[in-house]
Amino acid sequence: MSALARARRHPGFLAGALLVACLIGVAALSFVWTPYPTSEMDIPHKLAAASAAHWLGTDSLGRDIASLLIVGARNSIAVGIIAVGIGVSFGVGLGLLAAARRGAVEELIMRLSDFTFAFPALLSAIMLTAVYGPGLAISIVAIGIFNVPVFARITRAAALGVWSREYVLAARACGQGAWSISWHHVLPNILPVLIVQATIQFAVAILAEAALSYLGLGTQPPQPSWGRMLNEAQQMLFQAPWLAIYPGVAIALAVLGLNLMGDGLRDLLDPRLSRQR
Amino acid sequence: MLARRCDQAMLEITNLRVTLPTVRGPGAALRDVGFSLAPGRTLGLIGESGSGKSMLALALMGLLPTGARTSGSIRFKGQELLGAREADLCRLRGNRIGMVFQEPMTTLNPLHRVGDQVAEPLRLHQGMTQSAARAHASRLLDRVRLPDAAGTLRAYPHQLSGGQRQRVTIAMALACAPDLLIADEPTTALDVTTQREILALIKDLVRETGMALLMISHDLDAMSRVAEHVMVMYGGTVVESGPLASVFARLAHPYTRGLFAARPRWPHDRLGGRRQPLQTIPGRVPELADMPAGCPFSNRCAWTIQACLSQAPPVVDVGPAHGARCVRLTEPGFLR
Repeated sequence: MSALARARRHPGFLAGALLVACLIGVAALSFVWTPYPTSEMDIPHKLAAASAAHWLGTDSLGRDIASLLIVGARNSIAVGIIAVGIGVSFGVGLGLLAAARRGAVEELIMRLSDFTFAFPALLSAIMLTAVYGPGLAISIVAIGIFNVPVFARITRAAALGVWSREYVLAARACGQGAWSISWHHVLPNILPVLIVQATIQFAVAILAEAALSYLGLGTQPPQPSWGRMLNEAQQMLFQAPWLAIYPGVAIALAVLGLNLMGDGLRDLLDPRLSRQR
Repeated sequence: MLARRCDQAMLEITNLRVTLPTVRGPGAALRDVGFSLAPGRTLGLIGESGSGKSMLALALMGLLPTGARTSGSIRFKGQELLGAREADLCRLRGNRIGMVFQEPMTTLNPLHRVGDQVAEPLRLHQGMTQSAARAHASRLLDRVRLPDAAGTLRAYPHQLSGGQRQRVTIAMALACAPDLLIADEPTTALDVTTQREILALIKDLVRETGMALLMISHDLDAMSRVAEHVMVMYGGTVVESGPLASVFARLAHPYTRGLFAARPRWPHDRLGGRRQPLQTIPGRVPELADMPAGCPFSNRCAWTIQACLSQAPPVVDVGPAHGARCVRLTEPGFLR
């Protein structure tokens, strides 16, 4: 069975991929069109329920919730991509180095990872924003920093497995050096693990950004953010409960979709299942 | 020590000792191994699993596992390999010394096409461009008698049979026309017909290129097709060494005798209704940390005497360029 055919039969992966596609589609849409400009305030119609004019209603300043959600998706995706990108670039590099060099270098890299892990990520992000001031950029950097040890560990573990394979020994017997082997032989063979982890870390990054924005430390007004929408909704919970439900559902669906897709990818990329003879 | 010393020896090993860390302390995987190999000669290493033959090949290539300690000397064309820098060893591997491994299934990276893998040593050591390397790789595949060289270049390893894959690894090892080819059990994982073809191929290639061959195998039949000179290894030491015909005929060392006796024979007396029971050497190869003092074979040998247990046996000449490490060979009439 080809990879695509198996993917089509995996319900979890399909559901996840659909949700993620919607998320990306909505974020892309935000560059082109939103029902209303997000900064447009319509005070007379504030806290309106869903209607034909405002599909999801308005918030306490009369802003259209649908537009806020659409533009908020853009922020969430940006955080996901950049933070995971930071984690992958530095983490995978460090992991490959640790697996290739072994010995003292490996110990140093792993202890630094443990050190970074020891700090609760959210508290450290708060600390960083306290020092450098709140904002989207700082929260992306903070989340990115905490992705680095995740990828370093998982890369090193997977790479060690590949280093012990016979074709790596054969490559060394042909005179290939450690860097060449890491790039040509190790990295392609650990890609499935990294892809799955990246998908999962994407979801974690979205959640982290939402938490930071909820606390007021992430995206700053007037930039829309799902997390900050939740915070504003908290005060209006009994007057207009839909204010909390919409961004909450958006976050939940984004995270659910990414996790389903990650789990599905893990199943599909499992080499034992892809043996076809 | 046991083999002839030539002045133009390409490979000279002296007093090689390799110690590996084991759970119960350091154990000597190779002890006092020494031989020399001249250009164009073929040397076979015979021994069962655990005798140290693969360790010797890895020591030559500088690919011993981390934690291994070495002493002695390995000189390849005058250059000392033990303790050499990794960069210098990388220049030799795949370039002047080629190696063929046992398992063709796992020696090729499943994610890269065969052509790219054969071209790799050419690009690495001879700086060829992609297209030049591919053309040369095609010629190499023809040389190892693969029928469809162009198609094989584009194939992935899982699309080839075991015999085809082994030919590909031989092509990779020969890519830069090395001076020495190390073949570590090259036919063990293949079926009998393919074994014969691969051995014939190796023999012809050695004759055509004039390179030296170090062939490692536990298969006496395979060895007899390829090697001129053999060394029998047990417990990390060379117990017998000499021209193949002489060693196989005289069977001087008790271990060599046991190896030959242990070959299964097709029962020739069917009518009698009794089949020959399979002969074995009782016991098993001791763990590295449990190697007996004195002769390593002493706890399994049928002819052990007190002198075998106390000191390492000396080399005894049993023929021209043929010696064996057994103290009992000094007794007249011990050899049949």
